Amino acid sequence: MASADGSVLRELLGFARRNPLSVVGGIVGAIIIVVALGAPWIAPKEPLKTNFSRMNKPPDAQAWFGTDQVGRDTLSRVIHGARTSLFVAFSAVLLGTTVGSLWGVACGYLGGRFDLVSQRVMEVLQAFPDLILAMAISMAIGTGLPAVIVAIAITRLPFGGRVIRSVALSVREMPYVEAARAAGASQLRVMGLHVLPQCLAPYLVLATTHLGVAIVIEAALGFLGVGVPPPTPTWGNMLADAITGLVPAWWLVLYPGLAITVTVLAFNLLGDGIRDTLDPRLSPAMLRVLTGSGRRSATAAAPVAEGREEKAPA
Amino acid sequence: MQKYLLRRAVFALGTLFGVSLIIFVVLRILPGDPLVAILGVEGHSKLTAEQRAYMMRDLGLADSLPVQYGRWLREIASGQLGKSFFRGDTVSAMILHRGPLSAEIALLALVISWLVGLPVGVLSALRPNGWADAIARSISVLFIAVPGFWLSLLVVLALLFWFGYKAPIVIVHVWENPWQNLQQVIGPAVVLGLAQGAYIARMSRSCLLEVIREDYVRTARAKGARERAIVLRHALPNALLPVITISGVLLGFVLGGSVAVEQAFGVPGLGRALVVAIVERDIIVVQNLVLLYAAIFVVVNVFVDLSYALLDPRIRY
Repeated sequence: MASADGSVLRELLGFARRNPLSVVGGIVGAIIIVVALGAPWIAPKEPLKTNFSRMNKPPDAQAWFGTDQVGRDTLSRVIHGARTSLFVAFSAVLLGTTVGSLWGVACGYLGGRFDLVSQRVMEVLQAFPDLILAMAISMAIGTGLPAVIVAIAITRLPFGGRVIRSVALSVREMPYVEAARAAGASQLRVMGLHVLPQCLAPYLVLATTHLGVAIVIEAALGFLGVGVPPPTPTWGNMLADAITGLVPAWWLVLYPGLAITVTVLAFNLLGDGIRDTLDPRLSPAMLRVLTGSGRRSATAAAPVAEGREEKAPA
Repeated sequence: MQKYLLRRAVFALGTLFGVSLIIFVVLRILPGDPLVAILGVEGHSKLTAEQRAYMMRDLGLADSLPVQYGRWLREIASGQLGKSFFRGDTVSAMILHRGPLSAEIALLALVISWLVGLPVGVLSALRPNGWADAIARSISVLFIAVPGFWLSLLVVLALLFWFGYKAPIVIVHVWENPWQNLQQVIGPAVVLGLAQGAYIARMSRSCLLEVIREDYVRTARAKGARERAIVLRHALPNALLPVITISGVLLGFVLGGSVAVEQAFGVPGLGRALVVAIVERDIIVVQNLVLLYAAIFVVVNVFVDLSYALLDPRIRY
């Protein structure tokens, strides 16, 4: 998308200089995403294939991360686990933050009774500890991949709603929005074309900072037995499997958890850098780097999907 | 002040009412027959129609939804909270028996988070970007990323290797045997406390650095006060309010996290009971325990708001 003109490149380099850790996080995150996408080709063995001649083997030359109770290769399962865990986390954050943000724009712009009721609903949603709400919803709508995604997404709703609402509240009073109204634009048009683009930066910050949380919730759900159902390898499921024995094997506990930690750390560092850059003063130049130049950003969702791919290798 | 207190209390009650409504709706949209969920498809098909009807009545699931909801509200008001499908003990008894253990874990975690987080944050802020700050910040970034339940599993593994740790089977209350009780709660409390401590360190550092830039701190410097006195006596009290707020928010992490951490340590607390109930689809237990966790979260945050008025003389409601 963004043609590699000099200013964008300069911005990226400037971002890298100011946030070296964030860039490291971005690179590690990108590697993990690539590994997840290429899991079937990268993983040395089949993640579900049992091998009863090699059960409970500690790490050795044949299986770098050891094997589990039924002889499945832990390394391959960790790699395939990245697939499920990342897919769930990305979908949940995208769904939850997007719906929440749209809701927040409507609240902030429309105000009135709609806003009042919505605020109460968000307060109620925030009254639950995240993991407990996700557990209850996941149990209620059945434990499948979509159920887990929806459950985590619902816990993300109020964050988007609250933050974006406050942005929309201040944007609503700006002269250019007033001008659009005076020119006779419909409410939907004003919201979508004039208010929404201003919410893009906080949306990006929200989405990246909540990725880590979503990954941890997904893993915890799997660990507690209400996540994506086995035998699908996810990092949480693997940890749950690991402790079924009386004496858990250390390699079954260590590696999936390490995968969670490294992934969450990478996305958190990336998110911190993006927040530091975007949040205090929303630099328009930086926004352009993340979303592509021009004012094609009429809807929030599309540029984000593109922006995500672009900023990862940054 | 009293007016504000009343208003906050009414708001909190309203929120909790909404919470109970959401729990009820979510748990009643369970697809399919609750008896199938409880007994499994095979067990369910073995029952006669009368047996099924009797069981539904016995479980209190035969009435219409509004009647069920009304009954639940009455139960909450009277403190008699239904009973488990599987074990026959009432939820109230379960809370009274297991609750103290989980409460101890949460409180101890809170204490640890402040004991560790605040000094680290102050140390960081004394020489921002110095080596101590760099180390403290890296460690807190790391602890924020590490999932508590995994850290717990690692601790359990280590204890198993070196001390022959066994997960506690029976609850030992603090009034029965304080030493054994401490052994049960210390692990989960430390794991949860360190994770929260990382947030507290982060928050207190950034708040302190902000306050230190203010004029009155410069005045204190100008009159020749020692750096330590400036930070601890002049700056710190003003930097604490946001840290207290985040501590209230963090309680949500502690409550949610303790569920997974209790499971990892095998501590038979309330969180463990919730996990078991959710896996068994024990609706009555789940709805009451989820409400309890949410209620604690809401009430604590009301107190956090009130503590503002107590701690900051500029704020009066």
